[in-house]
Amino acid sequence: MNQPVQILLAGLNPSDPDDWRLRNYEQREGYAALRKILSEKIPPEKVIEEVKKSALRGRGGAGFPTGLKWSFMPKQYEGDKYLVCNSDEGEPGTFKDRDIMRHNPHMLIEGMLIGAYAMSIKAGYNYVHGEIWDVYERMEEAVDEARAAGYLGDNILGSDFSFQLYNHHGYGAYICGEETALLESLEGKKGQPRFKPPFPASFGLYGKPTTINNTETFASVPWIIRHGGDKFLQLGKPNNGGTKIFSVSGHVNKPGNYEVPLGTPFATLLEMAGGMRGGRKLKGCIPGGSSMPVLPGDVMMQTDMDYDSIAKAGSFLGSGAVIIMDDTTCMVRALERLSYFYYEESCGQCTPCREGTGWLYRIVHRIETGKGRLEDLDLLNNLADNIQGRTICALGDAAAMPVRAMIQHFRDEFAYHVEHKRCLV
Amino acid sequence: MLSAESLKKIDYELTKYPADQKQSAVMSALAIAQDEKGWLTTETMDFVAEYLDMPSIAVYEVATFYNMYNLQPIGKYKITVCTNLPCALSGANEAVTRFRERLGIGFNETTADGRFTLKEGECMGACGDAPVLLVNNKRMCSFMSNDRIDQLLEDLSK
Amino acid sequence: MINFEIDGKPVSVPKNGTVMDGANQLGIYIPHFCYHKKLSIAANCRMCLVQVEKAPKPLPACATPAMEGMKVFTHSGQAVTAQKGVMEFLLINHPLDCPICDQGGECQLQDLAVGYGASASRYTEAKRVVVNKNLGPLISTDMTRCIHCTRCVRFGQEIGGIMELGMAGRGEHAEILAFVGKTVDSELSGNVIDLCPVGALVSKPFRYSARTWELSRRKSISPHCGLGSNLIVQIKQNRVMRVLPRENEEINECWLSDKDRFSYEGLNSEERLTRPMIKQGGVWQECDWQTALEFVANGLKDVKEKHGAESIGALGSAHSTLEELHLLQKLVRGLGSANVDHRVRQSDFRADSQMQGAPWLGMPVAEILQLRSLLVIGSTLRKDHPLLAHRIRQAVKHGAQLNVINPIDDDLLTKVRNRAIVAPDKIVSTLAEVLKAVVELKGVEIPDDTKNALSTVSASDTARAMAASLNDNKPAAIFIGNLAQHHPRYADICKLAQHIAQISDARFGVLGEAANSVGAYIAGAVPFDNRFGNRNADTAQGRHGGPGANASQMLGMDDPASGTGCKAYVLLNLEPELDSYNPRHAVKALAAADLVVMMSAYKSRAAIEGGHADVLLPIAPFTETSGTFISTEGRVQSFNGVVAPLGETRPAWKVLRVLGNILQLDGFDYETSEQVRADVLPAGNDVSAWLNNSLGSLAVSPIEAGKENKGSEGLQRIGEVPIYQADLIVRRSEPLQRTRDAAAPLAWMPGSLMAQLGLQSEEVIRLKQGEGEVQLPVAQDDSLPANCIRVASAHPSTAALGGMFDQITVEKS
Ligand SMILES: Cc1cc2nc3c(=O)[nH]c(=O)nc-3n(C[C@H](O)[C@H](O)[C@H](O)COP(=O)(O)O)c2cc1C
Ligand code: SF4
Ligand code: FES
Repeated sequence: MNQPVQILLAGLNPSDPDDWRLRNYEQREGYAALRKILSEKIPPEKVIEEVKKSALRGRGGAGFPTGLKWSFMPKQYEGDKYLVCNSDEGEPGTFKDRDIMRHNPHMLIEGMLIGAYAMSIKAGYNYVHGEIWDVYERMEEAVDEARAAGYLGDNILGSDFSFQLYNHHGYGAYICGEETALLESLEGKKGQPRFKPPFPASFGLYGKPTTINNTETFASVPWIIRHGGDKFLQLGKPNNGGTKIFSVSGHVNKPGNYEVPLGTPFATLLEMAGGMRGGRKLKGCIPGGSSMPVLPGDVMMQTDMDYDSIAKAGSFLGSGAVIIMDDTTCMVRALERLSYFYYEESCGQCTPCREGTGWLYRIVHRIETGKGRLEDLDLLNNLADNIQGRTICALGDAAAMPVRAMIQHFRDEFAYHVEHKRCLV
Repeated sequence: MLSAESLKKIDYELTKYPADQKQSAVMSALAIAQDEKGWLTTETMDFVAEYLDMPSIAVYEVATFYNMYNLQPIGKYKITVCTNLPCALSGANEAVTRFRERLGIGFNETTADGRFTLKEGECMGACGDAPVLLVNNKRMCSFMSNDRIDQLLEDLSK
Repeated sequence: MINFEIDGKPVSVPKNGTVMDGANQLGIYIPHFCYHKKLSIAANCRMCLVQVEKAPKPLPACATPAMEGMKVFTHSGQAVTAQKGVMEFLLINHPLDCPICDQGGECQLQDLAVGYGASASRYTEAKRVVVNKNLGPLISTDMTRCIHCTRCVRFGQEIGGIMELGMAGRGEHAEILAFVGKTVDSELSGNVIDLCPVGALVSKPFRYSARTWELSRRKSISPHCGLGSNLIVQIKQNRVMRVLPRENEEINECWLSDKDRFSYEGLNSEERLTRPMIKQGGVWQECDWQTALEFVANGLKDVKEKHGAESIGALGSAHSTLEELHLLQKLVRGLGSANVDHRVRQSDFRADSQMQGAPWLGMPVAEILQLRSLLVIGSTLRKDHPLLAHRIRQAVKHGAQLNVINPIDDDLLTKVRNRAIVAPDKIVSTLAEVLKAVVELKGVEIPDDTKNALSTVSASDTARAMAASLNDNKPAAIFIGNLAQHHPRYADICKLAQHIAQISDARFGVLGEAANSVGAYIAGAVPFDNRFGNRNADTAQGRHGGPGANASQMLGMDDPASGTGCKAYVLLNLEPELDSYNPRHAVKALAAADLVVMMSAYKSRAAIEGGHADVLLPIAPFTETSGTFISTEGRVQSFNGVVAPLGETRPAWKVLRVLGNILQLDGFDYETSEQVRADVLPAGNDVSAWLNNSLGSLAVSPIEAGKENKGSEGLQRIGEVPIYQADLIVRRSEPLQRTRDAAAPLAWMPGSLMAQLGLQSEEVIRLKQGEGEVQLPVAQDDSLPANCIRVASAHPSTAALGGMFDQITVEKS
């Protein structure tokens, strides 16, 4: 972690077990942005303005401009509004929010505080993935610290701004990463996504206006306030402001999180991650978490790591999870595992996803186990068409896109499997 | 039905939500109940329903929706191995094989001595540390090479 | 209004309207499963996907808000491809065995699959199999057929008021079920059968008994509670096979209570009486109609000669039709007696002399939704009026405040703003407090006729809160329930409530106990000068002057010792040991009479074995005769028979007509039931002029005095009528008798009383009222008022007891 520009992971000292604590965060200019806002009484609109300028885009997957989202919240609203942080990181390949929370929890808290201030919200929840229990406990401790120090609670730092923050944990359901499923889950129900509209900004948690952002999104905000939106934007590329943490996993020498400015070439990122394991050839890469289309290695090597460039290459930056596969990887098997995941994690609510994900998986499984038929490939594509865009939430798309991309880019390998009933690799 | 200590924990969770939204605490209440009892019996779920003023079937919906709740008796240690693609690319399947060999059980099975239950898990959000696994939902173990698996089993068998 | 276009046709819907609303308006059918106009929008089946101009993907019509200028295409290529895709997904795991499915022929999935399904399946994997669930005696499951539309779950949450079904598990493993070991017990549960678009939830009693195309559908009206639900009765080979709701937005909407839906099983009961029977020399024998009718006519003439016409009495059920009750009263009045009544469970008749019309709901049922405050007095609301309770729940959901004064704290499945759960003998004083509170609140004078009564009363906080609730939230209404109508101080309750209503400017109404509670008054089945309704009453009154005996007097309840009962009784559609306020007295009075004629559809076991009947005349239940019910909101609903009378059964109006003829009484020359009705009702059947709850100048008795104290020195009985014991038909519906609501009565009492009496739960005790005694197990209910024991009435196991709200004693056995 020795990159020139770092925002989220800057100045961390992983060897110190207490590095995450409030006093250390304060030494890294922690809570300075909040203090600045409160002491200078910066109007909430100005805060949103700054975030808009930064071109910060949602880090949870969809890449929606954060400032714009914040401006959707009703301003003259009587009654409660909520701020929710989506720390239910479960997209295969993604593990950045976990590191933010365990190494820099106060940065998230400060980011949420600023968001709450900007949208005049008095209560918030941080929904933490159930599987990272130690991180949930750390967040509980960090929230206690912040509360004790007067950063959370009533009349924060003597101002008339009040904000309560609570942690809520999941317990094993990927779908709760989807924002409306997350809200349902927070309400103590099954995590089944809601149909939109209405959007959370008008009908969110407990039916109240709610803004939901990803952990990394919130954590980027204090820096933006401290240094200005323009500076953040300049770190990246137009429309792709700032740095981004990429979680690199799979066949590399040093899997891990790498924070780089948006627009950094993929090749540079790969190098930072220690290059290909065993010096093998890059066969394919999923650049934005398992829900996004796979790209062939050679395409990837020509691509820069930002929203627009990856979209141009035919995939999406998504959550910034970079899954690296070398030439020993059987793409049929890889797809089988991914399809199984969506089949397992479909919430079961809407027909195309509930029925379609199982069907997709069973066909890929058949191909993988040597019982495939050549027509299966077209059937897979057609089923993917019948799922994508027809479901309540984007899990349907997430299940469909990998199937189509795999067949598109590695059709020969699938055909080989069908014909020879075994792997090409 | 639940120990005073568990109830205290649930009561703390309840402070996080508006007074008329007790149901929001159902996930933590079930997790707390499971920590105490090992798995969720019908009676336990009924108790939680009553405690939070919600229909039993709504509790059951939640308990059966989220993977980490145990609706069957399980071994003393539930070992959940993530086998999702990123972990699989870095040795998850080998780790599973190791467990199968060492414990003589497959997924969703419990060793005859009632000590270990093996489960297949989905992405735990720790793919950089692959292979990863959870012991009893709450303890995450990373970089689970064969040696580390052997060490873990040895520790847990004590 | 939002203007947009569907398939090129312009349409406008209100703000918040959806594409589906617009399509419904235009009569354009968009295929759907999860959408239901009465339920929240789930948008989960995705069958209703349509193309919307400029939208990148197809959108679900049920959930997509209409937008100004939007152009929707329901049958375009994109829409149809999407719909076909969804249909294929729905069918891959659905068994394709329509020929053996109970839903076959009335299955939305089957219908749509014909239009949207492919001929051959591309799905070659194994199909999902889901184990069936035991949901109780009414609903049968075939869960493999479930398409997860969640209509049944939403019904429970949103309409039934209780979530008994849920969808457990997730993804492909998701299943509809009840909580482990539980069944579905709501009194509205059967509606999920109608809601289920496939054959996953079907009627257990109906299961496998017929195919829908073998059934003919006939219209009818429910004979049970006062709502007057509209029915479709389905017939096969002259047998009622099934009852379904006939949609009527103003009455039952598209719902039915389980009582309305499953009671029909009682029509096919083995206990049906199919030939007249006479008891001679202590032995019951079947006979022909001629013999039976002559026996009856001679018997009545004999009694009249020997004891005078005043010793003849007639009691009818308010579950009988207007025509039947009219002829019943005409018969006794023709014989010279004014002893006729239908209020067999009523115990306080002091208001009779002051009644100005037939007691009714005081407002249309449909307007309940608009109420903002309600006070319900003395009612097991959900069980007595399942769909009115649903209306009230909806009103509360829309912001109404519900206030309750009742001896029982049953869960109303909705928010209760203020509740006073008090012993029966405290209902009057509680009401007096509320009256006091509104009087103070409004700063008005205490009404004269309650001045005495109110002098010692001071309002409690609860009473004040209720008064304020009624006063501050408009429109408001006060409803008197069945329990209050049976109460020994009904007149006072009614009067006090009316004053409260008047002063707080609330509506006032009586929740009609039976399908024809209003009609029974209008038919003249009451013993007093009936100025409203019965145009023939004058004749009877003219000849004999003064009112006749009411039900209580006829059954010798007022003063059983002196045996003031009648010498001859004609009973219409009643089982006195279950249907009267004090069954023990009733049976005794009947047993002492010279002649008891029972007109009934059933061989009432108690009557045959117990010796309190002499003749049984088989009369047609509502499905086998034409007639009219006037519902609690004053709605006149006539219906025809849907099947031919069973065996030698005859419609009661015809039997009474023939009896009138044999007895050579005037005015019994009707050819049709319509002629009878025309004799009772004004042209156009508008009875609104005869609906009136006012009690004139009736004075309220001193609060702490009165009848109730007679029976309340010790423990008080709360003897409500259980839901599935209310009338003869429902009592004989086997599936309903297997529900939890039909469980045998227990002696419910608060723990404090159990401790005081040294009783344990489940311990069998002896309960006594007068000489009557039964043995029942004890059960604990801490929500009951102190010193009260809840022992249901109208049940064979408690029929030996006395008055429903009288004193009761307990002994260890
Ligand atoms: C199936 C599915 C899973 C998702 N999982 C996550 C997740 O784990 N974390 C996350 O932040 N967003 C996730 N999202 C995206 C959220 O719905 C939402 O867009 C995001 O939290 C918004 O925050 P942002 O604007 O800051 O990105 C997921 C979306 C879908 C459809
Ligand atoms: S797409 Fe899948 S996960 Fe999303 S709502 Fe539908 S069934 Fe649930
Ligand atoms: S009817 Fe619209 S999605 Fe089911």
